[in-house]
Amino acid sequence: MALLKVDRLRVEFPTRHRTLVAVDDVSLSIDAGEVLGVVGESGAGKSVTGAAIIGLIEPPGRIAGGEICFAGRRIDCLPDDAKRRIRGREIGSVFQDPLTSLNPLFTVGQQLVETILTHSDRSAADARRHALRLLGDVGIPAPAQRIDAYPHEFSGGMRQRVVIALAICATPRLIIADEPTTALDVSIQSQIIALLKRLCREHGTAIMLITHDMGVIAETADRVAVMYAGRIVEVGRVRQILRSPNHPYTRGLMESIPRLDSDSARLAQIDGTMPRLHEIPVGCAFHPRCPDASDRCRENRPALRMVDDPAAVACLLFDDGRADG
Amino acid sequence: MADTTEALVEIRDLAKTFDVSKPWLARLLEGIPVQALKAVDGVAFSIRRGETFSLVGESGCGKSSVARMVVGLDRPTRGSVVFDGTNLAALRRRADIAPLRRRMQMIFQDPYASLNPRWRVTDVVAEPLDAFGLVGSRSERTEKVADMLQQVGLSPDDGRKYPHEFSGGQRQRISIARALAANPDFVVCDEPTSALDVSVQAQILNLMKDLQQRFGLTYLFISHDLSVVNHVSSRIGVMYLGRLCEVAAASDLFRHPQHPYSRLLLDTIPDVAMAGRARAPVPGEVPDPIDPPPGCAFHPRCPFAGERCLQERPEPAQYGHSTVACHAVEERRIPPFSRSNPGR
Ligand SMILES: Nc1ncnc2c1ncn2[C@@H]1O[C@H](COP(=O)(O)OP(=O)(O)OP(=O)(O)O)[C@@H](O)[C@H]1O
Ligand SMILES: Nc1ncnc2c1ncn2[C@@H]1O[C@H](COP(=O)(O)OP(=O)(O)OP(=O)(O)O)[C@@H](O)[C@H]1O
Ligand code: SF4
Ligand SMILES: [Mg+2]
Ligand SMILES: [Mg+2]
Repeated sequence: MALLKVDRLRVEFPTRHRTLVAVDDVSLSIDAGEVLGVVGESGAGKSVTGAAIIGLIEPPGRIAGGEICFAGRRIDCLPDDAKRRIRGREIGSVFQDPLTSLNPLFTVGQQLVETILTHSDRSAADARRHALRLLGDVGIPAPAQRIDAYPHEFSGGMRQRVVIALAICATPRLIIADEPTTALDVSIQSQIIALLKRLCREHGTAIMLITHDMGVIAETADRVAVMYAGRIVEVGRVRQILRSPNHPYTRGLMESIPRLDSDSARLAQIDGTMPRLHEIPVGCAFHPRCPDASDRCRENRPALRMVDDPAAVACLLFDDGRADG
Repeated sequence: MADTTEALVEIRDLAKTFDVSKPWLARLLEGIPVQALKAVDGVAFSIRRGETFSLVGESGCGKSSVARMVVGLDRPTRGSVVFDGTNLAALRRRADIAPLRRRMQMIFQDPYASLNPRWRVTDVVAEPLDAFGLVGSRSERTEKVADMLQQVGLSPDDGRKYPHEFSGGQRQRISIARALAANPDFVVCDEPTSALDVSVQAQILNLMKDLQQRFGLTYLFISHDLSVVNHVSSRIGVMYLGRLCEVAAASDLFRHPQHPYSRLLLDTIPDVAMAGRARAPVPGEVPDPIDPPPGCAFHPRCPFAGERCLQERPEPAQYGHSTVACHAVEERRIPPFSRSNPGR
């Protein structure tokens, strides 16, 4: 049974003039020990989906539909204090913005020890030892020398790693990691990836890994969900998504990756921009940018359909269950 | 190409030391001495007009520290930054600094922290315009901001919103719009696209390239993503633990890296086509910057380290068109480079 099951999630942000739908009819599941990669255009709703799962949508934003079940229990309608108990202990999170998760007034060590003490019954001395070990695990050189430094004394990538240490310090069953390695070079990335994989293997931790870094996806994810304009447009095993993506958006995404062997002065790009939330077109939201769009696409919104389990795609080219384009 | 070889920015023996000592009482009780962290130690390079110079290196090696000193946000502990013939350290009066400030802009590594949460996006983007009195009328201001927002793929309507209403990548684009609003000559980009998905990243990098061609912009570019760096740079400086180990043209560095660290770094470039296969991280631990290894700081991880490397620090020297600081290179002990990661 899936550890996390999100069913038809809808998240709205009411504004003065209109209500923006940032996440629309999103369903996904993650098994224990599995890594689900989530990729997609900037503004597609990846972070909002993650925030909804950990119960951190700031009002006036709200979950306007759907269900989120964690370990067989519905968690989207729990009272705030119950949500807070789940956060940190059972569901750890790494936010996209490392500075918002760190308090500038306390040292890195104080923040780690405090979090460890809240979620376990270790002694203070033991918590500090654990904190030191975690800092070493995320690749901070000479942790004993640096543990009493303040966040501003760390480099961007070091701060990001402290946030990762905070997220895993209670060994949660699910980690929502939002761009956890964006500021990190490949060596440190490999170390972090190895650490996350070890958690999956040894503790059955499930991970929702939101990232635009296809290298990280290639190495870490078991399955990948691709989002566009608030919806999931494609899901599949990592190899299939990277090597033979079905959805035209995913295909464009893969072609935009800068490659070492290419000498062209410009990168391939998907022309145009993703529609803003208040002007999502009828039909397929991608049709204005889609090289394969036909009249049908301007009228009918494609639903996410299974093409070859677990591969599913929301595109009218595949609407009858097989590719015709 | 005579005019392109002229240096716009000249960095000489730049150093930044941070005092990272424990509080004095703890020092007294535990008997530990004052500790200094040399974030940057003797870095020198020049950036030619109209080129993109990139700094690469592992997290914590001092890239952002260099960047902050180059635009005058931090004072160097030692050394100097000369911008278009003017030594920044010699400028004391605000009135002297202001015109240079307009010409140099920075895109920060942490876009969230650099956007004032209480300002509407219009005011954020217009900040440099207002600060330097670059727009006359209100309508001119609105028009300019709308134009900048469109350039980075946002819409003019977005100006009315607050930063928290945007996604991570959208916020990064706001900070890019702000940096470019004042028509600077020189832009320091600290991980400008690290929060962007690849398709938006491609758009932003193409935009930066277009602006460079149209206005002769000069960039100092920092990124951990070597394939991006390869794509945008004319020349590249490879940093390790606060020092430069190699400065070379992008094509030279990617084809014939000379310094052992550059070679290992190039081997780490992931290949998307090989799902599930591990990349080759630079082996060994990143050393402690407070207590760096003696001699060549890279020696504990270096496959070519010899006796001399343990004691004597290698100084940068010229080899062909590249500058390299390595004893083994000087002693010609290093075999020609071949990428150990096949399949590319
Ligand atoms: N508090 C908010 N108020 C209004 N709109 C919001 C708010 N938070 C997010 N949004 C909007 O919701 C959409 C989805 O945002 P989200 O942060 O989930 O994007 P994302 O997929 O994580 O993108 P990125 O890759 O850029 O981080 C965006 O269009 C954003 O502008
Ligand atoms: N204000 C400060 N006080 C003390 N140490 C600092 C300060 N700022 C930076 N450092 C230290 O200087 C070193 C270099 O930091 P810097 O931010 O320049 O690294 P970086 O190369 O930009 O790394 P990243 O890729 O992670 O952003 C790090 O060890 C960092 O901890
Ligand atoms: S100086 Fe010696 S240790 Fe340093 S990089 Fe060169 S060979 Fe390696
Ligand atoms: Mg996001
Ligand atoms: Mg930095």
